[in-house]
Amino acid sequence: MINKQSNIYTIIYIIVLVTVVGTALALTSLSLKEKQQANEDNDRRKQILASVNITPAPDRISADFDKYITSQLVVNVEGDSIGDDAFGISVQKQLKNDLDNRKLPVYICSLDGSKKYIIPLYGAGLWGPIWGYIAIDSDGSTIYGAYFDHQGETPGLGAEITTEHFRGQFAGKNLFKDSVFYPVSVVKAGQKPQDNSDYVYGVSGGTITSKGVGAMLDDCLKPYQAYLNKISDNGR
Amino acid sequence: MADKISNKSVIFNPFSKNNPVIVQILGICSVLAVTAKLEPAIVMGLSVIAVLAFANVIISLIRNTIPTNIRIIVQLVVVAGLVVIVNQLLLAYAYDVSKQLSVFIGLIITNCILMGRLEAFAMANRPWVSFLDGIGNGVGYAIILVIVGFFRELLGSGTLLGIQIVPDWCYEHGYVNNGLMILPPMALIVVACIIWIHRSYNKDLQE
Repeated sequence: MINKQSNIYTIIYIIVLVTVVGTALALTSLSLKEKQQANEDNDRRKQILASVNITPAPDRISADFDKYITSQLVVNVEGDSIGDDAFGISVQKQLKNDLDNRKLPVYICSLDGSKKYIIPLYGAGLWGPIWGYIAIDSDGSTIYGAYFDHQGETPGLGAEITTEHFRGQFAGKNLFKDSVFYPVSVVKAGQKPQDNSDYVYGVSGGTITSKGVGAMLDDCLKPYQAYLNKISDNGR
Repeated sequence: MADKISNKSVIFNPFSKNNPVIVQILGICSVLAVTAKLEPAIVMGLSVIAVLAFANVIISLIRNTIPTNIRIIVQLVVVAGLVVIVNQLLLAYAYDVSKQLSVFIGLIITNCILMGRLEAFAMANRPWVSFLDGIGNGVGYAIILVIVGFFRELLGSGTLLGIQIVPDWCYEHGYVNNGLMILPPMALIVVACIIWIHRSYNKDLQE
């Protein structure tokens, strides 16, 4: 009979166990990878469309995305085009680069005969990352719509940034005032920002998440200033 | 015949008299975390039932081969493996729900109920009974999760499964959702109320 308490038995046992479990996990991961990636991509497409208030049916996400997002663009901080695969760019990774080396994705959406420019955002909330998409009208300044999402903000408090109530405030706000660039501020309800910028009210009880949204707008929109300027020059 | 009766008690006892949450006070941590809304509570309950039942069966199958001094590690490896598989399946087939539950699925690994059942039951019993025990305890846990989720979402957000329940005229007459219900402390207080009611019906549980 094997001595089950011996060291050799224990070591062999754990090696076999870990190999079996490891193989099972690797197989699951490999066989589901494609489906998960497809889900993730579709989810991103859905979020991008949500910023222009389009909610496609679950089986039409990809088709609607191709229908409305007529072109994609990658620009640099000077506003010049340097590519066209916006979907393949991770905003999270690009934020770590210097401004000069940053690749800035833009999705161009054709809606009711006019163009909307959709810019992805990425930042930090209270418990984890928050991200979103902001759609800007063809004048390069007026916000058409916004979408926000989060990984783990408190339900009912910080997580309220995803609600229509919060997102809806962004429509109609301006990024440029008298040709000066102000990303929209997020302030406490009833207050006003110190500068001249347009503002929305944060979520009560979700102060840090709201501030995170404000900071994210600042960080992610400022590099686009030159590009937005170009759009507005063309628009005039 | 005797075997049948014990099977029945194995699966039904954890529903009430031996409920893991309100009698054994295990798994309280996840009750706080996932019950602010009803839907994640339901999915979390189902995930725990699945993981617990299969972990119980696997551990019970290999119980006679496990070296005693590393049994906790073996149990952890099995549970962790199952939890990762459940998470991967959710990501592939129920992406939206898995987004809502985010880290909490991963945290099933640390749920005390699992380790408790594996150590106390599956290590000493045959696979089929262990499977029933897993189902029973999982359902016992899920029931509490759903009850707490029901009250917290209804009173905290005025909705159930995202559908508005409290009519608009209530809000127009000054009714306000109780923001405290959404915060973790209220989960504890709701669980405490359930325990209170439960014990007042089951006098033998009173200490």
